[in-house]
Amino acid sequence: MEIVKSSTALIDSSLVITESLVQAGADLFIGYPITPANLLYSYGSRRFPLFLSAPDEITTLQWMTGFAATGKLPVTATSFPGYALMLESINMAYMMELPMVIILVQRLGPATGTATCGAQGDIALLNGMISGGFAIPVMSISDSQDCWEVPAKALQMATTLRTPVILFTSKEEVMTSYSYDISQFTGISPVVRNGYSENKPYKSYQADENLIPAFLPVGNPRHQVRFTASTHDEEGNLQGTSKAGLENSIRIHRKIMQNMASYTYYELDEQKEADTLIVSFGITSRSAHEAVARLRKGGRAISHLVAKTLLPVPPVYYEIASAYKRVIFCEENYTGQYRQIMYGYSSPDNITGVNGFGKMIDPSEIIREVLKDE
Amino acid sequence: MSNRFLTGEELPFCKGCGHTGIAEHTEKALLSLGWSPLDVVLVSDIGCHGIVDRFFTTHTVHGLHGRSIALASGITAGLNDPSKKVVVFLGDGGATIGMQHLIDAAHNNFNMTLVIHNNFLYGMTGGQPSELTPLGFKTPTLPMGASTGGYDICELATAAGANYVVRVMGIGDFSEALSVAFSKSGLSVIEVLEVCPSYGMKANPGMKLRQVAEEAGIEVKVYADRERKAFNPLSLNSGGPLFEPSDCLPVIFSSEIDKPVQIMLAGSAGEGVQAAADFFAQAAVTAGLNVTKKGSYPVTVGVGYSASELIVSPQPIFYTGSPSPDTLIILSGDGLSFARNTASRMTKGEILIDDSLPCPEMAVPVIPIGFRTHAGPRNAAFYALFRYLDHSRIFPAEALKKVIGESKLGEKINLEKLFQLP
Ligand SMILES: Cc1ncc(C[n+]2csc(CCOP(=O)(O)OP(=O)(O)O)c2C)c(N)n1
Ligand code: SF4
Repeated sequence: MEIVKSSTALIDSSLVITESLVQAGADLFIGYPITPANLLYSYGSRRFPLFLSAPDEITTLQWMTGFAATGKLPVTATSFPGYALMLESINMAYMMELPMVIILVQRLGPATGTATCGAQGDIALLNGMISGGFAIPVMSISDSQDCWEVPAKALQMATTLRTPVILFTSKEEVMTSYSYDISQFTGISPVVRNGYSENKPYKSYQADENLIPAFLPVGNPRHQVRFTASTHDEEGNLQGTSKAGLENSIRIHRKIMQNMASYTYYELDEQKEADTLIVSFGITSRSAHEAVARLRKGGRAISHLVAKTLLPVPPVYYEIASAYKRVIFCEENYTGQYRQIMYGYSSPDNITGVNGFGKMIDPSEIIREVLKDE
Repeated sequence: MSNRFLTGEELPFCKGCGHTGIAEHTEKALLSLGWSPLDVVLVSDIGCHGIVDRFFTTHTVHGLHGRSIALASGITAGLNDPSKKVVVFLGDGGATIGMQHLIDAAHNNFNMTLVIHNNFLYGMTGGQPSELTPLGFKTPTLPMGASTGGYDICELATAAGANYVVRVMGIGDFSEALSVAFSKSGLSVIEVLEVCPSYGMKANPGMKLRQVAEEAGIEVKVYADRERKAFNPLSLNSGGPLFEPSDCLPVIFSSEIDKPVQIMLAGSAGEGVQAAADFFAQAAVTAGLNVTKKGSYPVTVGVGYSASELIVSPQPIFYTGSPSPDTLIILSGDGLSFARNTASRMTKGEILIDDSLPCPEMAVPVIPIGFRTHAGPRNAAFYALFRYLDHSRIFPAEALKKVIGESKLGEKINLEKLFQLP
């Protein structure tokens, strides 16, 4: 018998995501258990330099924000029921401009729904979750390499832009074991953290040319720091609706929009002769990938866009889509949420969807939609 | 920099508001203890009391209504530094909506001081009652007076484990009481009874704070003074990676299959279904195949069905669903109930079923095998996968034997005996 050493191990993606975040320099995991995020919780307890179990999800987010105010990079993982509880607190962290990564593992809703069934039903919620319609970055994981790279990128984005970042995944992604080639999981270096180092008077929300304020932790002996979730000016003082206050709030949205180009990740697999583009994200990208391979094998030209930066929607997605006669959005929710986000409730006839509810989308469903008029 | 804790500007509260006294006496107490402003973090809640933060020269953090305690818990744990002082300002409203956080902070004994501004009502929103409003106390929205008495927040904090708990009357100079609370380690709670002239006084003309407290049986005293260990966020993990090259499986065997094969194994909880599927998946890797594996079981993991979906393939696997497997293996009645839908969807492939079970009418061949009689309930899943490999030859059964044999389980099971054909 010839024995060939391999670099293949049977592991699940929750392990890969956790390891990525820790190697990228996340300081602590705070969690409240919920299926299907429990593997992330348990690996978090084993691997993060510090782990705390919170008594509920509101506390989770508040503790995370407190730690972030002292300069730490916190991570949590939850699913819709917990995420719903976190909503006001995420708005708070967003307004305070404190970094953190929140992993949202989607499961079947509404409400408690079915904890053990996957879904992609929360993207519309994320699109409007910051009051005022402000942008918050949402990054999605679509394949094994993403499990490794995207969490680290999300942490870097959170740190650099001083914002909570949502890492968007689903049950089938984080609870399935794969024979992974672990040699691909290398090369993550700790995120770069820039703090305020000047000796001039410091203002907590005075922004640089990238609209990002320099960070200093509370408790530092050099400068007074004010963090506040209410409308505030450069100094962090309450403002009502003063010009300085409103300008500062709008800056937070513009900060995300202006810097998103540096954090726009997608994969475009184009065929010159193709007139149809499949758009997918997350777990459904696996089905779409399979459908594309089968279509091409059968002689049908087809292109495929895997969106990894989901929100705010990168303008380049519109550019890519505009080159096609037909665009098909594949997503595991009832109404086609991402399609609606991009093209509205009454999308043009050439923009259609393959949707699933309560089960993964089968590649054959996508193929059927592509070939429906042929 | 001046060592004053207040900027000296006029405080923003209505004339006669009890909040003014708390802010001023907080400064006095911190000065008397020798703290310097940048060693102090003031965390404030939403409410009239919370708008005071801009008048403080300390670090200030102003969050959400009712969440200040939890936010401050994160801050003090993040600082983890006894040379810093975290002070939380909240109202009886914040204490009501954020009760969980107060209990939790006491339970964990976080290093900080909570100053509860109890004016018996919600000032900022127009004088509605809180759950600390005393029996009979009137507010603009409760002109008949509260019909239930408020609960005792000091008793609650004490029961939950706070190191120091005290209630004081917010009249005259109570800075000494604040100093004592500020100098305790772990969680200290100081509830200050005070008056909101704009709503409390108006709804209860001529009210006297002492009298309100006395009539309601609200005692002014120290509730707890002890030295339980304060919260200390220990670093738990030494930092070893979650997966390493030593987790990799060598390729020893080979497989002849040229396309993906999907298998579902369905049995009962506690009968080793998940473990068997895991070994099978590892064995497939040692045969050079790609594998995905997922488990299905009810949330009550100890009863009912336990099933596993496996895909093995010579090519990379993208789509991980297998709505209609090539082979369905049913080990028990629980497994049969769970897999019935899947079985009825199958238009190709076969079903291997334990011979103790009724043979369902299906569109595909159903083959009864004595999994349980040969191996017993505990090992039926292992034996079934062995029989399946022997029968399908998708990769050598030897691979399964090897991964089990080299595991801890291998020491407990007599594989030679178990893996025997009839
Ligand atoms: C989640 C939430 N619910 C309700 C409110 C509205 N609100 C603002 S302050 C407040 C009550 C304030 O009362 P208290 O905490 O006693 O402080 P005071 O104004 O008396 O100082 C309420 C209900 C809010 N800001 N957030
Ligand atoms: S409304 Fe009441 S609590 Fe608010 S500032 Fe005025 S007196 Fe104080």
